[in-house]
Amino acid sequence: MAEIDRKKLLDIYTRTMKVNRTDEKFRELLMQGKVAVMYYCVRGQELVSAAAMAALEPEDYVVCTYRGQGEQTAKGIPMEKWWGECLGKATGTCKGKGGTMHITDPDTGIMVTTGVVGSGLPIANGLAMASQNNGDGKVTLVSFGDGAANIGGFHEAMNMAQLYKLPVIFLCQNNRYGEHTAYADHTDSPNIGSRAAAYGMKGGTVDGNDVNQIYPAMEEAVEHARSGKGPVLVEAMCYRMMGHFFGSDFSYMPEEHLAEMQAEDPLPKLRKVMLERQFTEEELDAVVAQIDADIDAAVRHALDAPLPDTDEIYKDVLEETA
Amino acid sequence: MAEITMTEALNKAIDEAMAVDDGVFCLGEDVAAKQGGGVFKITSGLTEKYGENRIRATPISETAIIGAAVGAALAGQRPIAEIMLMNFVGVCMDQIVNHAAKLRFMSGGQTPCPIVIRTTTGVGVGFGGQHSDMLEAWFAHVAGMHVVTPSNAADARGLMRSAIEANDPVVFIENILCYNLKSEDPGVDYRVPLGKASVPKEGSDISLITYGRTVLDALEVAGELEKEGISAEVVDLRTIAPYDEATVLASVRKTGRALTLHEAVRPFGTGAELAANIQEKCWGDLKGPVRRIGGTFAAVPFATHLEQAWIPTKGEIVEQIKASMGRD
Repeated sequence: MAEIDRKKLLDIYTRTMKVNRTDEKFRELLMQGKVAVMYYCVRGQELVSAAAMAALEPEDYVVCTYRGQGEQTAKGIPMEKWWGECLGKATGTCKGKGGTMHITDPDTGIMVTTGVVGSGLPIANGLAMASQNNGDGKVTLVSFGDGAANIGGFHEAMNMAQLYKLPVIFLCQNNRYGEHTAYADHTDSPNIGSRAAAYGMKGGTVDGNDVNQIYPAMEEAVEHARSGKGPVLVEAMCYRMMGHFFGSDFSYMPEEHLAEMQAEDPLPKLRKVMLERQFTEEELDAVVAQIDADIDAAVRHALDAPLPDTDEIYKDVLEETA
Repeated sequence: MAEITMTEALNKAIDEAMAVDDGVFCLGEDVAAKQGGGVFKITSGLTEKYGENRIRATPISETAIIGAAVGAALAGQRPIAEIMLMNFVGVCMDQIVNHAAKLRFMSGGQTPCPIVIRTTTGVGVGFGGQHSDMLEAWFAHVAGMHVVTPSNAADARGLMRSAIEANDPVVFIENILCYNLKSEDPGVDYRVPLGKASVPKEGSDISLITYGRTVLDALEVAGELEKEGISAEVVDLRTIAPYDEATVLASVRKTGRALTLHEAVRPFGTGAELAANIQEKCWGDLKGPVRRIGGTFAAVPFATHLEQAWIPTKGEIVEQIKASMGRD
């Protein structure tokens, strides 16, 4: 397998750290009581999102879930707009009407963030169908968890995508838990990736904690979809290192699972790869420092931003009320 | 003047829209030429003209059908998704209610969702409990969509064209028993605006507010009652939600009496919403309570005589009108 080039590697590192620092900042603000909103932590899944977004073109479409911070920030939603939305401000991507579970930013290709498990897959097919109809060359990537693989829409969407050879990438972030239920307690088959074969689809399972596994897999999937050969299912094995949502109890996670998770943490592993590829500690620290500065500025902007006008509740219901 | 059936009218409206806008396409079970152009032939002949990408025969996967329509709409296309029979919307309500209807609002206006969901239903053809229900109230209760149903072929042609051009989701309900009804052909590029009721018969004693197939019953009854000196006005909503409040209230203010009529079951139905609104806004003009007629609050039965007993009858309409007028 060809080595990831250094420029791309730095790009992936930067995106990964942007996701991670955003997650850390969010939890810090919640802990301090400066904000009180629903937030679904992505600690442990940063690299999967970053590698996937790094494999896409800026104009490609993405559909994600309530645990979509990784895709959203790694795809490049401007931080001020992202934080504005999460804090329910008029400056947010959706004027404060969507919130953390419904971030939409068509300018960066984030077309839908769904709060309903599994609902993104059928919608991703439609975005890809539009690209197939009008020949715009875009691909659509939909991200979802292992829990979503057991809802009916998953099956319907996979079958339809393969039937029409739609340019869509199904990215299953297998973080080992569907809400509070462990993988083994909701699924008896060994993995999700092998389900691709049942639809005649290309697909498989990769280590989402190893940049040298996940990025090439995503790049290959995107290339396959874009070339018109049809959809791909990529199951990225990763860990959700926090509870289902911020503040929720995760005592149901056994200790051995927590230990295994720590050992597989994608961040130290990525840092090691970066150093092996002759990036210096200073360079990497500088990347993080810049991200932190950008996040701090964006958070300040969002905290100071105005609330949406109350009459927004009457707007955007139908075109007539726009 | 040439006549067309409702089936032909819908086909022509879709054909015209597809001819002028490359972004319009159809998807649904059995809709393409290979499958015969749809079980009710609405998309007949269109695959030959526009190809299989624009008339997509789908697997039996309602969630995937509506999801695909939603996604394509977000990308700027105008899909017409067919849910073969209205009861099957139960399979894909999440995509309709949580996604199609809400994405404009939740995105702060960034992602409107212009899709038409065509669906067929109707009581009186012996299809039983899972193929007959009128479920318009389910959708009328959700902000962010239009709910439309034509009672005649000309309106079908004009409403379908407007539905395809609307920039929000439209649930377009077709009554099986209306497909073969004939109207004078309103011709190409005919449009009936969404949200605009019609008054197919004027009257001065009572307003019959209805839509879809029961408009025919209302007109027949209104015609008969003329002989008895009762002048009933018939209001055909055409768009059930958001409905043409101005036309409804003006009619009731004029007649002072109102009777709502629909095939759907009565409790929590469209008639209840109409009645409540009329009573709030026309209280001083009303000569009596607003009355409601709807289907029996039970599943639609199979045996012909049971089905006929379930459905609102013309006799019941006459009875309610006379009761409202204080006549027996």
